[in-house]
Order: sequence, then C-alpha cells, then structure tokens
Amino acid sequence: MNIHEYQGKSILKSFGVRVQEGIVAETPEQAVEAAKQLQAETGTGWWVIKAQIHAGGRGKGGGVKLAKSLDEVKERAEQIIGMQLITPQTGAEGKKVNKILVAQDVYYPGVSDTKEFYMSVLLNRSSGRNIIMYSTEGGMDIEEVAEHTPHLIFKEEIDPKVGLQGFQTRKIAFNLGLEGDAFKDMTKFIAALYKAYDQTDSAMFEINPVLKTSDNKILAVDAKVSLDDNALYRHPDYKEMRDTAEEDATEVEAGKSNLNYVKLEGNVGCMVNGAGLAMATMDIIKLSGGDPANFLDVGGTANAKTVEAAFHIILKDPNVKAILINIFGGIVRCDRVAQGVIDAYNNIGNIPVPIIVRLQGTNAVEAKKLIDDSGLKVFSAIALQDAADLVKEVLNK
Amino acid sequence: MSVLVNKDSKVIVQGFTGSEGSFHAGQMIEYGTNVVGGVTPGKGGTVHLDRPVFNTVADAVAKTAANVSIIFVPPAFAADAIMEAAEAGIKVIICITEGIPTKDMIAVKEYISDKDCRLIGPNCPGVMTAGEAKVGIMPGFIFKPGRVGIVSKSGTLTYEAVDQISRLGLGQSTAIGIGGDPIIGTTTKEAVELLMNDPETDGIIMIGEIGGGMEAEAALWIRDHGTKPVVGFIAGQTAPAGRRMGHAGAIVGGADDTAAAKMKIMAECGIHVVESPAQIGVAMQAELKKAGLI
Repeated sequence: MNIHEYQGKSILKSFGVRVQEGIVAETPEQAVEAAKQLQAETGTGWWVIKAQIHAGGRGKGGGVKLAKSLDEVKERAEQIIGMQLITPQTGAEGKKVNKILVAQDVYYPGVSDTKEFYMSVLLNRSSGRNIIMYSTEGGMDIEEVAEHTPHLIFKEEIDPKVGLQGFQTRKIAFNLGLEGDAFKDMTKFIAALYKAYDQTDSAMFEINPVLKTSDNKILAVDAKVSLDDNALYRHPDYKEMRDTAEEDATEVEAGKSNLNYVKLEGNVGCMVNGAGLAMATMDIIKLSGGDPANFLDVGGTANAKTVEAAFHIILKDPNVKAILINIFGGIVRCDRVAQGVIDAYNNIGNIPVPIIVRLQGTNAVEAKKLIDDSGLKVFSAIALQDAADLVKEVLNK
Repeated sequence: MSVLVNKDSKVIVQGFTGSEGSFHAGQMIEYGTNVVGGVTPGKGGTVHLDRPVFNTVADAVAKTAANVSIIFVPPAFAADAIMEAAEAGIKVIICITEGIPTKDMIAVKEYISDKDCRLIGPNCPGVMTAGEAKVGIMPGFIFKPGRVGIVSKSGTLTYEAVDQISRLGLGQSTAIGIGGDPIIGTTTKEAVELLMNDPETDGIIMIGEIGGGMEAEAALWIRDHGTKPVVGFIAGQTAPAGRRMGHAGAIVGGADDTAAAKMKIMAECGIHVVESPAQIGVAMQAELKKAGLI
C-alpha cells in the first residue's frame, strides 16, 4: 500500500528520522495558516508547496513550487490544489491534486554547501534479505543514475540474524563522502531509517533526496513509503492511511467484491481464475489480434455473484468490444461456473458485446452444453486454442 | 524414484482441522496420498479424517515418522508453522498459505538456511507426483502418470499445462508449484535442477511470469547443465510496467524482468519458448519427438 509523502514523513519522524517539516493543507487558506504555523515552529523564511499524489516526478510536472512570502504561498496553493498533475509516473491523464504539503525551506545558506543523496530500503529478492541502496547522486531520477553511472549506486545488505550494524552505517556515511558532524548525523539517520522500515513492515522506502543542510544536518526532504499489504493487520493505524482517491475507482470497487482487477487500455475484457492464468489469457488476447482491456482474477470462487460483479466492472469500460471468460475448474466445477455465467447474463439483461466462455476441468463437457443450450449469445470452448481462435473470429467480424 | 514426494512419503497436514486443511486433506487422501496425521495445537489426541491429530509437529514426527508436511494455517501463523516443521526434522515442507508478511518470510528463510529441509512455496498450489502423491491443492483428475516434469509460479496456469500434457497422452512425473511471492523456499532453478536429475523425467516445462530474476537464473543453469528438452512460457507479455498483477511478486520493476527480456534469455539458453500458453503441450510433444523420447 502506497501512502502520501506527509504520511510517510509522520511515520519516519515517529522513529526519530529527521525530516523536512511540513503541514498538510486542502485549501489555499489552510495553506497560509500552515505556513504561519510552520514559520513559528521552525523559523523558516520561505516555504515549499508540494502536491500530495502517489507518484514521483512531481517537480517536473509543476507540482512542487517555492514560495517566498505568504502571498506566494496562497498563490502557489491556488495553482496546485485541484490541478491535474502529469508526471512521468502518472500516465497521460495525470492525477488530481487534493492535498498539498506546506513544507519548510531546508536549502537555506550556511557554513557549508548543501548536498543531496539518494537512499532506499527494500527487499533483495535474490538473497531474501533487505538492502539499503544509496548513491551520491541524489535528487535525480535513480533509474537514470543506474543506467548511466551504475558505479555510483551502492548496496548494503542486512543480515536478518543481527539486523543493521554500526559498521554498516559508518560505511555508508563514508561512501557518501561525509565527515565531522554530518557524518555522525548520517549514521544516526540511517539507523533510525532502517528501524522505521523494519518495525513498520514496509515493502519499500525511497528517500530522494536525503539532504545534508548547510549547517551539516541530515534530513529526508521527500519520503516514498510503501507498506506491505500482507502485514497491515499488525498496523491498524497505518491501514487508515489508505487514500482510495489515489486509486482507480473501478479497481477499488472490484476489491470490494474480492476481485483483483487492473484496468488496461485494450478492447477485449477478460475474467479468469488465478493470477498466472489471467496474465496468460491477456497474452492470448494479444496474440489473437486484440488488446487486453484488463487483468481480472476472480479467485477461487467463480459463482454467479462474482461473475455478475465481474461483468459489471468489465462493462464499465466503453472500449470493451468482447469478453473472454477463461476458467480452469480444478476444485470449482465448470457446470456451476457455466450456470453462474448464464444467471449473471440473465440478471444483467442484454450484454452488448460478444462473450466467449472457455471452461476446462471438472465437468467441462456438461458446462459447454449448458452454455450452448442457454440460447444466449455466448460462444463456448473447451480447449484454450479454440478460445483464442474464437477471439480472433469475433474481432474480425 | 520421483521428485520431492512419492507413494512412500509420510505426509502430515498442519492446520489439519481447519476448513481449508480438512477439505484438501480429504482430497489428498482420496487421491491415495499417504497422509499419516495432522497437527492442530490444542487438539492433540483427537482423530480427524480417521487420522491422529497432534499438538506439535515434533509429536507427529515421533509417532508417525512423517517426512513431508503441508501447511494450511492462516497467514499470521504460517511462518511459525514452517519453522516448527523445520525444527522437527520434516524434510519437505510445502506451504500453501497466501498472504504471509515479507518480514516473516525473511526470518523463515534465515531460520531454515542451516536446517536439512526444503521449503516449497508459500502461496503455491503444492507438489504432485502423478499417480502417487498429491501434496497440495492441484486437481488430481487432470494428472496422468508420465515423464514430463512441470515447474510453475502459478496455480491454474500449472493445471493448464498439466491438462494439455494429459490430453496429448503424455502424462507427468512431478509438477512443482513454487509460488508467486517475493520470497519463496525453492527457486525455479532449484526445481528445474531436481527434475533434470530425476531419471523418471524426460522433459521439463518451465512456467514463469513477469517480475524477479528467477527464470533468467534457471535459463543460465539449463544452458550449462541441461540434459533434457525444456519448454518455457512467461505469463504477462502484455502486462504494463509498475503494476502488480495479482501475485505479490508479479510486477515489472526494471528492463530485465519483463516477459520479453526473460523469453529472450530463455531462448538464447536453448529453451523452446512458446508465446501462447495454448502451445505449451504441443511444444513439449514436439521436443520429446525430436529427442526420440516418444
């Protein structure tokens, strides 16, 4: 589960990680109040207005702006709140900004130059251990750093038996070229950051940039925090941080019916049991000359109720020109699924697009007969290749 | 001979008396699997499905000499169940449970690293040796004893491959569902290696999906050590980057874990890669014919 920057920072702060302070606002008026309060608390002279959406590259899309006066705070807030922010990670339609973070200016001048670093904590799948990934090239797109200067990205693996050790935090701080107070502060920063990652059951932290201020303090300017969905039962307070406004409305609705749905751009909808088979079915659609309109896993119970819910969700997409239902009945009986399809079809009334139903497994022959005898405009198949051919046929009509 | 489980395996079921455990244990017994008992803490001494119930895995091992365990306990307790089985000396631990926190699996992986056991899963359909033992949730009736081994990250897609093989009259040796989570006990490469070394397996079907580097690792191993024909399929050729497709591990993160990148490296390593999942069976048939094995 992804959360907003302001929520991620509140979690980090609760574990002693120093962050760029800020106050969240939903209106320009709140933003001005937040700016005043922040000035009183931190002494900041300028402010940074940051759009709160679940996507990176906000600065590039005009979602992060500096304000040098309270008037500018109001002006910038007016510009950003409600805007459709387009970044390299949002897709072409962008994301609507509902909240902003009014943050302190941490790039103030001082005894030394500021310096930006990159740091993330994540699972290294091949070793089954967590790693801290870091780079001297902060504030930039890390994918670009990885592509052009991979030698500037370092990784430190954490032994689960003993956790992160002091020598590791020192190694990282040395590799980042720090000394003196900044060095010491960085070791503390890393230790607190890893503790936060570990104790919150996070799936990923990405802090870009980590800043060394002109007075040699280390702090997180941004915070991308992704929590492990499977562990949310241990953190009911974090569970409430979910912002469904950031998610696709149809995907949220599908989730309520226990359907795993991801909207795609194509013209053939599909309904499948099992994630692997669902992806494979999308591939078949492509090979048959169509484009998958969605990923949809109905899970282990493909009954009339789930099938009907799935139909409703797929048909919301006006691009859908045909629907392929692909169910491999292992434990679940195909004739029951077939009856479910027929019942769902009749409950909805007229479905305006052709439907291809491929049922294989227990009672597949009986299932095909049920569909064929139903009088509905539904094509049936047993072999996967036959279903693929039917998709092709329907699309070419 | 066979891989991981066979008719002589002595199987216990952890989470035996729960609804999932009961249902699937019943199906396993019906298939002819040698289920010798089960474990449900607090219900030791009772009898369920005509088998003894034990309080601990250690008790079950002491009384039944069990060497294989299948785990159906809920996600919050599954990591604990795996470690209990490893500690009790179970050799093959198959964890079906979906939704175990990653942090718990990091601890499990570390804990079992010096134990003499093999973990399959979690979040997997289990292991099935056709005609001998079903230790999982795969539908038994689609299997037919034969000489094709199958390794897969996914459940229903495995059934698809199994079914295609059976309909071609070929049959399977062992099908191994390794699971779709970011941390799993047995990798694609390790499962392929088991089948490559199995004298009862003539050909191997390797089914992967987007995300992670396991298929590439297996492909390189096959290039260097392979002695049998391998057919490969990667699900998710049409999946967009950055979106998670059902399985926790099925997400395209970088250029190397797209379906196209995996298929390319697999083909370069001598694997017969099919674009369509409908072609898995016929591709295996063609490879076996080419090798003079059928």
